[in-house]
Amino acid sequence: MVGGGFDLECRGVVKRFGGFTAVDGVSFAIPKGSFFSILGPSGCGKTTLLRIIAGFADPDGGDVIIKGASVLRTPPNRRPVNLVFQHLALFPMMSVAENIAYGLKRRGVGRAGIDRSVSAVLQRVGLPDAGLKRIDALSGGQKQRVAIARCMVLDPAVLLLDEPLGALDLKLREHMKVELKLLQQQFGTTFVYITHDQSEALVMSDRVAVMNGGRFEQVGTPQELYFHPQTAFVAAFVGENNRWRGRVIDADAAGMKIEIGEGHVLRAHGGNGAVGRGDRVEIFVRPEAVDISGRSPAASNHFSGTVENLLFNGANSRVMVRMADGNLISAALPQTEAAARVQRGDPITLAIAPQHCVTFPAAS
Amino acid sequence: MRHSHGRWAFWLLLAPFLLWMLLLIVIPHIDLLILSLREKIVPRVYQTGLGNYAEFFGEPVYVWTLVRTVVMSLLATVLTFIVGFPVAYYIAKIARGRTRTSLFLLCLVPFWVSEIVRVFGWMMLLRETGLISSFLQWAGIVSGPVELLYNDAAVMLGLVYTSMLFMIVPLVSTIDSLDDSLIEAGYDLGGNGFTVMRAIVIPYAMPGVMAGSIIVFMLSLGNYLTPTLMGGKSGQWFTANIYSQFITRFNWELGSAFGFVLLATSSIIVWLVLRLSGQSLSGTLGRG
Repeated sequence: MVGGGFDLECRGVVKRFGGFTAVDGVSFAIPKGSFFSILGPSGCGKTTLLRIIAGFADPDGGDVIIKGASVLRTPPNRRPVNLVFQHLALFPMMSVAENIAYGLKRRGVGRAGIDRSVSAVLQRVGLPDAGLKRIDALSGGQKQRVAIARCMVLDPAVLLLDEPLGALDLKLREHMKVELKLLQQQFGTTFVYITHDQSEALVMSDRVAVMNGGRFEQVGTPQELYFHPQTAFVAAFVGENNRWRGRVIDADAAGMKIEIGEGHVLRAHGGNGAVGRGDRVEIFVRPEAVDISGRSPAASNHFSGTVENLLFNGANSRVMVRMADGNLISAALPQTEAAARVQRGDPITLAIAPQHCVTFPAAS
Repeated sequence: MRHSHGRWAFWLLLAPFLLWMLLLIVIPHIDLLILSLREKIVPRVYQTGLGNYAEFFGEPVYVWTLVRTVVMSLLATVLTFIVGFPVAYYIAKIARGRTRTSLFLLCLVPFWVSEIVRVFGWMMLLRETGLISSFLQWAGIVSGPVELLYNDAAVMLGLVYTSMLFMIVPLVSTIDSLDDSLIEAGYDLGGNGFTVMRAIVIPYAMPGVMAGSIIVFMLSLGNYLTPTLMGGKSGQWFTANIYSQFITRFNWELGSAFGFVLLATSSIIVWLVLRLSGQSLSGTLGRG
């Protein structure tokens, strides 16, 4: 079988609205049973791409292949994919069980078969007694599970999810992230999840595609995206980052020296893209890569500055340091006793290891 | 102090409505009820009793006319729904922007002229010497003039035409509130156009369907002009019976009894239909 092992494959998918290209030649393949996220800011084309896969929009070019067969000529009601809508789109005039039974009825499954499948899937999503409830009697998290059960009862090859957690409050969202991941592992179905929330994508996914301006910037595991971004957009979009602009003053095989501001020189290991002396670059440094302990090796870049602000947020606390050249740097503040002595206005020395500086040629 | 102030304002605002209800609805109906319970023994001598109602039920022509009127009105309601639903769906879900507004306006425009002018319009088209008859003769399809007026089909046509707007408006407002993603979900889970309509759109629009149907049914049942002018002698409508008792026969007592029979019949039918469709009056009118 062509494309064996892949549940879903897109080849050069293009979609234009008038003169605007919403999806610009996107290609990817998703291995069987994995959790794949498409992460991007609003307007990047991710919803359009999802609608093309579900069959609600026709691509202007390219092909969508599900389980080895092109589905471009298959209408949405015959595609072996199901979509969990952004606002879930549960049918308000039906009970939970009727919602789940809807798809089975359309397939002509008998009454006994429907009852069996509905109670089995409700059991699996942890709502065994909810069958007779009305939709408006459910909590946000329960609705979520019913929406997934309604699709999973049809045993789709791919389950598409269109930012279904967006409407939930923060606490429930954190909880549902974990639950969705567990549900996906339990069902073993391929999930394609689109979101603009990088933490959702990083927590749940096996692989993440970062989308911008209708194109995939990078596809990789969450770790690859976080530690080895291949474009400046990915570095800026995924996770927190400090961002500088500078000019390369010396470059060789071991690394390069970059001038940032007057007289400040940063040493960085080889970056992305060919950069030569005199080129302008962008440098990204994660807050947790900025060491404030003062015990770092001499090979690191050292800067001195003043503590301008302390942002307490539990394990994600930050110290904002104003450097001598005026730049503001965000550094992770570990919740240790030594760090607790850091006060606003204190002089402080920052250390950044060259391998933690990620550089890209600056856009001209 | 403030409290009593608010209460005054409440009653003041409610007063026109209460006056209207009392003077035009409640008092006349009490009067009619009393009238309908007066039996005429000899001229100018009356006694209280159910004689007028007995006369109605004792005369098959009266009962038959009522049954006929109810059945025709129900049929008119169903036909109006069948014609109006696709129009409402198109306006609410498919048309966008200016098309939508102008389509809505097109539904409204016929109501800028009075009902009698609209009915005469139909008569000009349908009568023996009318446009359609002349055209058919000119085209050689028929050899002599054809009379298209004065039959039940003509009455039905007139009733559906007259009621259309009152079906479309509540339908558009309920279908409009249906989230597009529900329709897409219906397709996504394997439904086709027909099953999505039947299982999702119509159940969702049910309050609007019922609101429109109740209005259209009531309007048809109580219509006088259209059945009289377009049905002619063959199209007996119950309201014509009431009219002739009051105006032609000067038998206000029997006419009042007829009026109450009609009121009771329509109330029972609306109640029955609401019960059968599982809707409540408040839900229907609240949404529609």
